[in-house]
Amino acid sequence: MDDVYKPTGMVAIMAKIKIKIENLYKIFGDSPTTAIQHVRDGATKQSLLDHYGHVLGLKDINLDIPEKKIQVVMGLSGSGKSTLIRHINRLIEPTEGQVVVDGEDVLAMSQDDLRDFRRHKSSMVFQKFALLPHRTVAQNAAYGLTIQGISEGDAQDRAQRWIDRVGLGGFENHFPAQLSGGMQQRVGLARALATDAEILLMDEAFSALDPLIRTDMQDILLDLQSELHKTIVFITHDLDEALRIGDQIAILRDGESIQQGDPQDIILRPADDYISDFIKDINRGRVLKVRSVMTNAKRAAGPKLSMDMALEDALQALASSSKGSGAVVDGSGKTVGKIEMKAAITAIARPDRSGVTPRYK
Amino acid sequence: MEFFTEFPEMGRQDLRDFKKGIDASFREFSRTYGEGIENFFEPLLWFLVWLEKLLINAPWPIVIIIICVLAWLGSRSWKIVFGTAVAFLVIGYFGMWEDTMSTLAIISVATLLCIILGIPLGVLMARSLRVQSAVTPVLDIMQTIPSFVYLIPVVMLLGIGKVPGLIAVCIYAIPPIVRLTNLGIRLVDKEVLEAADAFGADYKQRLFGVQIPLALPNIFAGVNQTIMMSLAMVVIASMIGVKGLGLPVLRAISNQYLALGLLNGLAIVTLAIIFDRVSQEYGRRLQAHRHGGDNG
Repeated sequence: MDDVYKPTGMVAIMAKIKIKIENLYKIFGDSPTTAIQHVRDGATKQSLLDHYGHVLGLKDINLDIPEKKIQVVMGLSGSGKSTLIRHINRLIEPTEGQVVVDGEDVLAMSQDDLRDFRRHKSSMVFQKFALLPHRTVAQNAAYGLTIQGISEGDAQDRAQRWIDRVGLGGFENHFPAQLSGGMQQRVGLARALATDAEILLMDEAFSALDPLIRTDMQDILLDLQSELHKTIVFITHDLDEALRIGDQIAILRDGESIQQGDPQDIILRPADDYISDFIKDINRGRVLKVRSVMTNAKRAAGPKLSMDMALEDALQALASSSKGSGAVVDGSGKTVGKIEMKAAITAIARPDRSGVTPRYK
Repeated sequence: MEFFTEFPEMGRQDLRDFKKGIDASFREFSRTYGEGIENFFEPLLWFLVWLEKLLINAPWPIVIIIICVLAWLGSRSWKIVFGTAVAFLVIGYFGMWEDTMSTLAIISVATLLCIILGIPLGVLMARSLRVQSAVTPVLDIMQTIPSFVYLIPVVMLLGIGKVPGLIAVCIYAIPPIVRLTNLGIRLVDKEVLEAADAFGADYKQRLFGVQIPLALPNIFAGVNQTIMMSLAMVVIASMIGVKGLGLPVLRAISNQYLALGLLNGLAIVTLAIIFDRVSQEYGRRLQAHRHGGDNG
């Protein structure tokens, strides 16, 4: 618990940091500045509430969000994840700490600078869509642009591309109330994309949708991301969703960050029992990649497998090879490692849980 | 024992002096500032007189056509337009055309005034809790104090005439629009406002782009109430010199003319019903986007 798990994935090492969150504290209550001292002295969320009547929102959050990647922040309700994302565009004022975007501290900005930041640099998608009910789909999608001062007509022309891109062509003149939840969130996504902001904040954007629609929307997002390369901060309480779309995952509990890393890290090296318990029902074979269990080697025999192949697919190939091992190749087809059938199976098997205490009730 | 049976009240002489003092100081105030205040309201009087003359002097068929067009624009319902036309024809046939036009003029000006003053005040109230807690009791007083009580200072200050009548109507009719504007803005979905903030909306863009449009159905309910209440004040306003349908009613009360009272009273009711139906239909159309279905 004490030392937070540091990301070891290649992604974290190579990518440039876009958003740097440092020592961020948020305490809700009448006198947060006195309460923060109690937190520093070791008060937990519960004891702070019981003894001092303050709610601990965030405690000493440090997070480096890589540029052009999807950073997922995961946690159950009350973990502070929605509070955290609202600090990035300062919808919530912090009690203490810094949020540095491209070298500039958002929390120190003047009101004018902050408005500029929100207009041009960041945009947001909300859990309950938060569309303007009196504006049509086209007007909603153009909303961010009209806020920038662009005339309604030009804004709608520019937004049209995004309406088409999210598959809402033909619905331009509908009002949000006439659309299903999934379609409303597509409008929310189009509205966020239309401003061409580099940072996309998504607060439980797909949580209110049916499972099938949710998967659809994840596909749309991943598809868009492969083309747009935005810096996305994605909040969710759903581990499957986090593992599916996250390049980086940070797990929050009671306002504290308890592990950060790429999906492979989280599954192979859970930082504590809480996370082990969290991931126990995950389909490990689908999340884990060949590169996570390979050993470095210049040459290897057996079937050629891509680094980013899921283990469950790799097993097929390994099983049919007589050697019980395969060669791992990178994008250019060069062999970079070797994978053993046994290692793959061990990684997929649910870890030994004897001696692990059951999770909190 | 006497303490329990007799209320320990202020001495009679003291009480008389107290009241006299208030009267004297207000009379002094009205002598000093009365004219200035009257001049201040001059443009209002001018506008009211102009509108009244316009309505009375214009050929009646044109007035009815214009009213019907307005009713159509508001309600988009042929039934209401037809009812409006019939109502005005009947009113005219019974010889109440001119009085009705006078009443229409003062109601329109009063409503306009209430909107111009009431909506910004409601916006201010929604913006700050302190303003809200200061304005609310004032609105309570305005709504509950018997109208005759505030007619006294108004008449002392401005004499008898159209403007004091207009002010009396506005005092009585303005609270609902202020309250409902405040309420409507406070009820605006916090998430939508947060979205506006997240996209960098400034105060004006929030107010005119989100808060007022979303509060519009409530604001409109306030306008509707304001119209209804100003119609209710027509008779009382006629006591201090406002011409219109109230005056014959007043005459009917003092002379026990049943038919006269009834006819003019019903004319007021008819106006009220027309205003109400048209403005309610309009309010409903404002909310069309809230329901799924046809409006696409």
